[in-house]
Amino acid sequence: MTLYKLIDHTADLGIEVTGRTKRELFTKAALSLMDIVVERKGTPAGVEEKALTVEGSDPADLLINYLREILYLFNGEALIIGKCDITKCDNKKLAARLFLESYDKKKHVMKTEIKAVTYHGLSVERSKKGWKARIIFDV
Amino acid sequence: MSEIKLEKIDDNRWLLPQTGLMRVPGIIYANESIHDLLKKDESVRQVANVAHLPGIVNYSLAMPDIHWGYGFPIGGVAAFDLDGGVVSPGGVGYDINCGCRLLATKLSQGDIRDKIRDLTTALYTRIPSGVGTTGYVKLSGKDSKKVLEEGAGWAVKAGFGSAEDLETTEDSGAMSGADPQQVSARAIERGRQQLGTLGSGNHFLEIEVVQEIFDENAAQAFGLFKGQIVVMIHSGSRGLGYQICDDYLALMVKHQAETGIILPDRQLSCAYLASQRGRNYLAAMACGANYAWANRQILMHLTKEVFEKTLRIAPRELGARLVYDVCHNIAKIESFTVSGVQRKLCVHRKGATRAYPAGHEAVPARYRSVGQPVLIPGDMGTGSFILVGQEKAMQETFGSACHGAGRVMSRTQAIKLSRGRSISREMDDRGVLVMAGSKSTLGEEMPEAYKNLHDVVQVVHDAGIARKVARLKALACIKG
Repeated sequence: MTLYKLIDHTADLGIEVTGRTKRELFTKAALSLMDIVVERKGTPAGVEEKALTVEGSDPADLLINYLREILYLFNGEALIIGKCDITKCDNKKLAARLFLESYDKKKHVMKTEIKAVTYHGLSVERSKKGWKARIIFDV
Repeated sequence: MSEIKLEKIDDNRWLLPQTGLMRVPGIIYANESIHDLLKKDESVRQVANVAHLPGIVNYSLAMPDIHWGYGFPIGGVAAFDLDGGVVSPGGVGYDINCGCRLLATKLSQGDIRDKIRDLTTALYTRIPSGVGTTGYVKLSGKDSKKVLEEGAGWAVKAGFGSAEDLETTEDSGAMSGADPQQVSARAIERGRQQLGTLGSGNHFLEIEVVQEIFDENAAQAFGLFKGQIVVMIHSGSRGLGYQICDDYLALMVKHQAETGIILPDRQLSCAYLASQRGRNYLAAMACGANYAWANRQILMHLTKEVFEKTLRIAPRELGARLVYDVCHNIAKIESFTVSGVQRKLCVHRKGATRAYPAGHEAVPARYRSVGQPVLIPGDMGTGSFILVGQEKAMQETFGSACHGAGRVMSRTQAIKLSRGRSISREMDDRGVLVMAGSKSTLGEEMPEAYKNLHDVVQVVHDAGIARKVARLKALACIKG
């Protein structure tokens, strides 16, 4: 399964993600972000679980706020998401259980530094096949 | 991609006419070839978008290194009225006070000819660079706060450099109004670990040689001579700045509806300068700016130590001196004459450098007779230009000039184009030794990914906003 498609952007890095459902879209977007930032070699070490709830004014804002949290967990607490279960997701609120592993120099290779998840050119749309999002990261 | 038609004003300026809900027209500084490149991306649309913001004065401006950013274009300059105007975190950027500093030495190229590899290796080992690196300087809670308030001055007190360095740092390395109370615990925590680190992406440290002097008088004032070894450092406020921008942008997006301002792009979210939220952002942004100045001060000190140790010379023999330190991602309250009236405005420079002329009180005393040094780094292969600010910048660009070459190719395109090539070897062939943490960084940052620096600088020079002083050629470069 390809997680995402890269969009050409002069200074930054953009992705396009699709999902049959909104939950799948949000899950794939989170894993895509992780895939851009870090690569894991071998099996994960100890995994810790964390519950996360996020709010937003609409699905696009909700997605950005969700990805901002995930990026912070990595940048601020050196935690990498291996898996996420979205337990609740409406247009304004999301609840998820995250399965996290700690960054380990021997197991993880840093790929790209993402400074932030931006609102620029952001879209989250319903399509015939499900959901589609375009997100630009500041690198 | 952009279909907006620009009208030629003269050889170096293009007018973006005011249409729709734009409050002012735009002006883009470009020659014919840069103008042709503008059609490729969305940056012109972004200049128009900035013109929608309340309280914008005269024009939405863009320097010739303009390229597609998020929200504001990179190379964007816009000034806002303090009463009816706004401040936009996206107009400053995530890397608050990303900037450059130039360190001059007494050494000539011949003095280090055989030592370039040793020096570069030692710099690469000593200076933490790359994604997610942490620094040697670990801050206590109390010190974290002081860095945010005192900036480069804190670093000097902590033993990194001398008080003389502050004289040639923009704003003496500390922006007033910084209030750590307005900075989130998340931002402070990220900052605690990264002081004294270079970062990744386009951040770099470069050993350069002064190749050509255009203006003897100004070069002499800046202490530059042909054949001289200098070091250019490009870095910013690291995770602390990114987090401050992110926190305030989220807050402003959330409360945007309350302001009644209609925006063409959410990334332009903003607050009135006179509002509490606007003031809080400026106080937090000043903390980010101060952290960046402390960071570059530490990086410069580490560089001096590496030179002394590797070359086995005394500080006096190295003769290291900070030529200048400029920020190129910032919002500042500055005074300008608009239609004959002196006004205080909030100038956003997003990928643009301040370029004050001779006689301005903010120019360090030792340079006041010639003007403020403007540091313009280019791509890895080209090196850099040193310019000096001109009076026309005060009249036309709110005292601003360009900040670099400006990207012309996306990172993905650049990586694709670099596949199968050794960028490091190509750079070696051009006489530039490159050490980088990741191969993809080298691909992304390859010289072809950038506009022609000579073109960009010539526009600024011919437009009369900053004058060429010297050209520096890169000898070695370390990158994240």
